[in-house]
Amino acid sequence: MEREKVIEVEGLVKKFGSFVANDHLTFDVFRGEIFGFLGANGAGKTTAIRILCGLSRPTSGKVIVAGIDANRPEEIKKRIGYMSQRFSLYDDLTVRENIELYGGIYGMTMKEIRPRTEELLNRLIFSQYGNTLIGSLPLGIKQKLAFAVAVFHDPEIVFLDEPTSGVDPITRRQFWEMIYETAARDITVFVTTHYMDEAEYCDRVTIMNEGRIVALDTPSALREKYDSSSIEELFVKIARPKTETA
Amino acid sequence: MKRFLAFVKKEFLHIFRDYRTLIILFALPAAQILIFGYAVRTDITNAGIAILDNAHDEVSSELALKLEASEFFTIKAYLTSYDEIDAAFKKGKIEEVVIFPEDLAARLQREGNATVSIIADGSEPNTASLVTGYTTAILNDYSASLLQRLNTSTPVINPEVRMYFNPNLKSHFMFVPGVITLILILVCALMTSVTIVREKEFGTMEVLLVSPLKPWQIIVGKVAPYFFLSLINVIVILLMAWFVFGLPVRGSIALLIAECMLYILMALSLGILISTLVNKMENAIIVSFIGLMLPTLLLSGFIFPIENMPKGYDYFSMILPARWFVEIIRSVMIKGAGFVYVWKETLILAVMTLFFIVLSARKFKVRLEEGSK
Amino acid sequence: MKAAEAYNITHRYGKVTALDDISFTVGDGELFGFIGPDGAGKTTLFRIAATLIIPSGGRMTLFGLNTVSRYRELRNVIGYMPGRFSLYQDLTVEENLNFFATIFGTTLKENYNLIEPIYRHIEPYKKRLAGKLSGGMKQKLALSCALIHRPKILILDEPTTGVDAVSRTEFWEMLAGLKSEGITIIVSTPYMDEALRCDRIALIQSGRILGIDTPDNIRHSYGQKLYAVSHPDKYKLLITLRSHLSAENTEPGALRPEPFGDSVHVTLPEGIKPEQVITALAASGLTGATITEIVPGIEDVFLELMKRTQ
Repeated sequence: MEREKVIEVEGLVKKFGSFVANDHLTFDVFRGEIFGFLGANGAGKTTAIRILCGLSRPTSGKVIVAGIDANRPEEIKKRIGYMSQRFSLYDDLTVRENIELYGGIYGMTMKEIRPRTEELLNRLIFSQYGNTLIGSLPLGIKQKLAFAVAVFHDPEIVFLDEPTSGVDPITRRQFWEMIYETAARDITVFVTTHYMDEAEYCDRVTIMNEGRIVALDTPSALREKYDSSSIEELFVKIARPKTETA
Repeated sequence: MKRFLAFVKKEFLHIFRDYRTLIILFALPAAQILIFGYAVRTDITNAGIAILDNAHDEVSSELALKLEASEFFTIKAYLTSYDEIDAAFKKGKIEEVVIFPEDLAARLQREGNATVSIIADGSEPNTASLVTGYTTAILNDYSASLLQRLNTSTPVINPEVRMYFNPNLKSHFMFVPGVITLILILVCALMTSVTIVREKEFGTMEVLLVSPLKPWQIIVGKVAPYFFLSLINVIVILLMAWFVFGLPVRGSIALLIAECMLYILMALSLGILISTLVNKMENAIIVSFIGLMLPTLLLSGFIFPIENMPKGYDYFSMILPARWFVEIIRSVMIKGAGFVYVWKETLILAVMTLFFIVLSARKFKVRLEEGSK
Repeated sequence: MKAAEAYNITHRYGKVTALDDISFTVGDGELFGFIGPDGAGKTTLFRIAATLIIPSGGRMTLFGLNTVSRYRELRNVIGYMPGRFSLYQDLTVEENLNFFATIFGTTLKENYNLIEPIYRHIEPYKKRLAGKLSGGMKQKLALSCALIHRPKILILDEPTTGVDAVSRTEFWEMLAGLKSEGITIIVSTPYMDEALRCDRIALIQSGRILGIDTPDNIRHSYGQKLYAVSHPDKYKLLITLRSHLSAENTEPGALRPEPFGDSVHVTLPEGIKPEQVITALAASGLTGATITEIVPGIEDVFLELMKRTQ
């Protein structure tokens, strides 16, 4: 059975002046997949994600996200969820207020939001935190909540930008379990990470270097191809940034 | 539409939960109304005047009484000779001198008119215009009642107005001293506090503290460039005032520069004090602007005379260093006053500076922080 | 004399306890690592060591000198690299180095040979503004500035966080080089794999130390046999191992499964053999699973210790 593609990218190019941030990227992502995006800082990951999220337009190339062309970013934004390490939820709003805000922004009615909020809080055992300001919660809980909010409106794809930076090992695993569970619900998960060992949680992994894709396959296939015992090892082999870009 | 409303609701929540936005939205307008309502007056009350009575007759007594009785004036001194006028103005307590000529009543009888000289303190042009205006009105009023009473032909008092220190009543006599005051406090307090807090915010302060640099070296090192640059600024402003507006420095330039250095030192220590109290640059800017600039602008007496403000504001302005400096700089620059006239204000400024320095030294932390016990 | 000694260090911010009764010693010339996630208290602890904070309770000495009372002398021999990039963004590489050299009373030339292995990576860019360097280059510059006065002890707070894998490897190679110069190094990191490069490590979580020892001893302290179970359907494997699996004499969850990328680590209770797990998995619909014994890693131990303290 042909798997359905939720993201199709062909020959994507993004230039800033004469600097080529994305150099003819080509890849597809299938529904329900956990798709990992790895690469050093400055390799072009953030640029590519911004285009896929509808935050930026490609210079050239074909980009289709959730069936919508990248030149209609407003339509794309309605169908996706987003969570980044830099910012997730508003510190000076409570847990409930944040959930209701994002639910509202994504077009859900209060009738839909209220029961789902309670269900979500119960499931994550957060009910006692419902009226707590986000700013006073520990980092691990914040990150898990931010993820839950990102998928609250049942998007087709959720983009996670370095979501587990800095959290403790237990929380990190709980987070990845949430990702697994989300993918099992047929929501595609597009995740970038600095932790090479997390690449192994993904169904398929892409490694970017200097604007180009230098590897794209399942983690085990990549390890075999580059004769490495870990993704970290093969990353060092193929993604060493040239010193010119210092 | 739903999305839009959800977003608007969020914005309200942000506003109400941040005390800084609340201050700007509510406290600031309230403060401004109070200030503009009461402090800023375009009329005068109880302005201090002096009388040089060479006539000692019933007309001069009546006029003096009328002036005293009006709510606009209070007679602060009775001078006995022309020589005292200069000193009287320099002391700073009076806005004008009214001079009754020797044979005031006789002249009025004989010739039907007499001249009364009104000399106003031109160093504050706004006040001077107001004060002479009111005085003239009172004199004319008396003239009108004289006409009725004596039933003679037009005995009239001619007010002859002169502006002391500022014959042409140029307004830049007012704003150049004020600009110097404002710029110095802006550059010194604001910039100093920002540059120190910036080190804290960016984390470079940690690294400096762990080095052999002594804390006083860090502070003085930060502040020294601003000291020199501010002095240069003052000199440039004075030169510009001289060449462009023809505004001279009547008093001793050395004294003026010395007073400026004291004021700069005060503003720098104030900046350091602010930097020990806040941790983010944006807060340093807010405190400097709202806490310093605005009150200085409005209440230090440089645009709106303090004499016209209700007593409460008058007392409040006493804690503003700028208020004292404005008096000093006006006295020295425009009235040509010597140190003997400004020593009190200088002392106050010096004490304030010392206070800020001592307070900053105590509050400046040699370490990042101390834990709660 | 020990390079560093901490006795019952406690630190509170208001009601929050950042550090809870921390004690440890670091030998002269040792490369000592603090391993733990964000919020563990590493930065607070390092600031106390760097004489920047007076702890709420307990005391710490460096080379026998108390960090609170003798901070002036200690600041001459400490090289400190705080968590975020903390050099002057609007000065060039060269200007930054010269500045720090001067305030420490030395020059770039004097200690050039010490920093050379690090500095040569960034020397070609010495006229570039520090703010315009890449993450890895910034770290190297910060390290050079911390070393410029040949300190006796280096305190490095998460120097490799946010830096790409390649630069991280280079950084640790540089640290090994510095160790051979006799400089004591205290370093913190959230990356468990970096722990293996230290002489000794302290595992720290929520303000408490979970364990201190050499990396090898820590790994062997796991006590039980650890196995890695693999199957293509990673999610189903995990939940099956956790909740549904019942071999003879096992309760659900007794295997303590933890996901580790492409496999799930499990501990087998007494009397259960690996083959039994495979059979049980097949019975639950997961055929073709594999199981191998593995040597516990630092993270396995960390997880175990965390779970015990919760």
